[in-house]
Amino acid sequence: MKEIKKGIVELEGRGATRKLGLEIANALEPGDVVALVGELGTGKTALTGYIAEGLGIKEEVVSPTFTIVKLYEEGRIPLAHFDIYRLGGSEELLDVGAGEIIGGRYASVIEWADIAADILPADSLLVHLSYGEGEDERRAEIL
Amino acid sequence: MKDDRLLTLGIETSCDETAAAVVADGRIVMSNIISSQIDIHTQYGGVVPEIASRKHLERINDVIQNALNDAEVRASDIDLIGVTYGPGLVGALLIGVAAAKTMAYALDKPLIGVNHMHGHIAANYLEYQELDPPFMSLVVSGGHTEIVNVTDYNKCEKIGGTRDDAAGEAFDKIARVIGLGYPGGPKIDRAAREGDRNAIHFKRVYLEEGSYDFSFSGLKTQALNYLNSERQAGREINTNDVAASFQEAVVEVIADKAVSAALEFKRNKIVMAGGVASNTRLRELLEEKAAEHGIEILKPSPLLCTDNAAMIASAAYYAYRCGERSGFDLDAVPGLEF
Repeated sequence: MKEIKKGIVELEGRGATRKLGLEIANALEPGDVVALVGELGTGKTALTGYIAEGLGIKEEVVSPTFTIVKLYEEGRIPLAHFDIYRLGGSEELLDVGAGEIIGGRYASVIEWADIAADILPADSLLVHLSYGEGEDERRAEIL
Repeated sequence: MKDDRLLTLGIETSCDETAAAVVADGRIVMSNIISSQIDIHTQYGGVVPEIASRKHLERINDVIQNALNDAEVRASDIDLIGVTYGPGLVGALLIGVAAAKTMAYALDKPLIGVNHMHGHIAANYLEYQELDPPFMSLVVSGGHTEIVNVTDYNKCEKIGGTRDDAAGEAFDKIARVIGLGYPGGPKIDRAAREGDRNAIHFKRVYLEEGSYDFSFSGLKTQALNYLNSERQAGREINTNDVAASFQEAVVEVIADKAVSAALEFKRNKIVMAGGVASNTRLRELLEEKAAEHGIEILKPSPLLCTDNAAMIASAAYYAYRCGERSGFDLDAVPGLEF
């Protein structure tokens, strides 16, 4: 992964979330993992959508909560979008075949990554999303 | 007993359920086995559903055998084999596809790969013996919220879908936040009956004029903001009112768009499909709004609304009648579109 600025970013509205998503997309290389952590409604799927946009994926990114993973092949780098909200732990993530996807030719974005933190690569980009002051504001902590 | 009817064996393993069924002439359910029903007593109780593909592997042979036994036919009596090849979890889909290919090869019978979502729509052919296309279909489930214009048995076009969360997913997430547990859809439905749907106003999201797409992510955020501000103010939260108000905001938009789509494409029937089709308020509101325009609402029984293999068998039968065949190179396609 190319260098990306670490620290806290205040996201005041969708435009700021998009800017962060495009920036992350720009830094991604095959095999990279973006681990998204944050409560319901803090914008994990939205951020993933902007990362996909930055990779040149035209298809709409919808929440894959029920299928756990959705693969997008059309971008600069193919994207694997995981949403592991329903899973009980890393073993179940491996059961859905994640072992063959993560670290391979795909860049992976994993929502609710804390559920399977023990099997994620040590160099994963961790983005912690939380609510900001106002209703449309979010905070991203990049680690 | 084998008679002159065309018997289709359907196999479905796209997500949580391992299922097999035998359907005669695409319309008559001879058997319909869903594995989670067998051990429903041990499985039920707020747990995250088992999604491991090895569970499908452990069960698939028994489930198929049970389907044949229940239908009182032998494997050699089967004329056609239909199987879900997407969308779904890749490891889960592969088990069903491998089983179907093996049986088709061993029995020397045609194989049809079925799109799971087409199967949900076909569930209505099992419920309503006289139903023929064209009609408008509303497919609502944990993973889907789609409006589909069905022009023939093997022809349909998705005219709108969710841009973020599916309706069932939104119900599941809000149910968890207000402490109702899993599965969220039925629990929200039940709690909502005790609540006031006008207690809290959540803004309806209709997107652009004329769009049949949905967005429920913002609604989810509205509900979370409401819960946070109430908690911060130290006010007690009425779970039933939240459930009723949230559900109303979801189903009202769905009902409005489905009726608009039926009117635009001049369809006199809206055929519901998928697990969320069992939501009582969605059906009630849809019937109310449709009745104003003389549109009829059809919905399969709850057993046929959930993931099952009878619907896959029916869809396979009609695909077969329309001349479709799958080869032994049939593969699972997890992200299969409509």
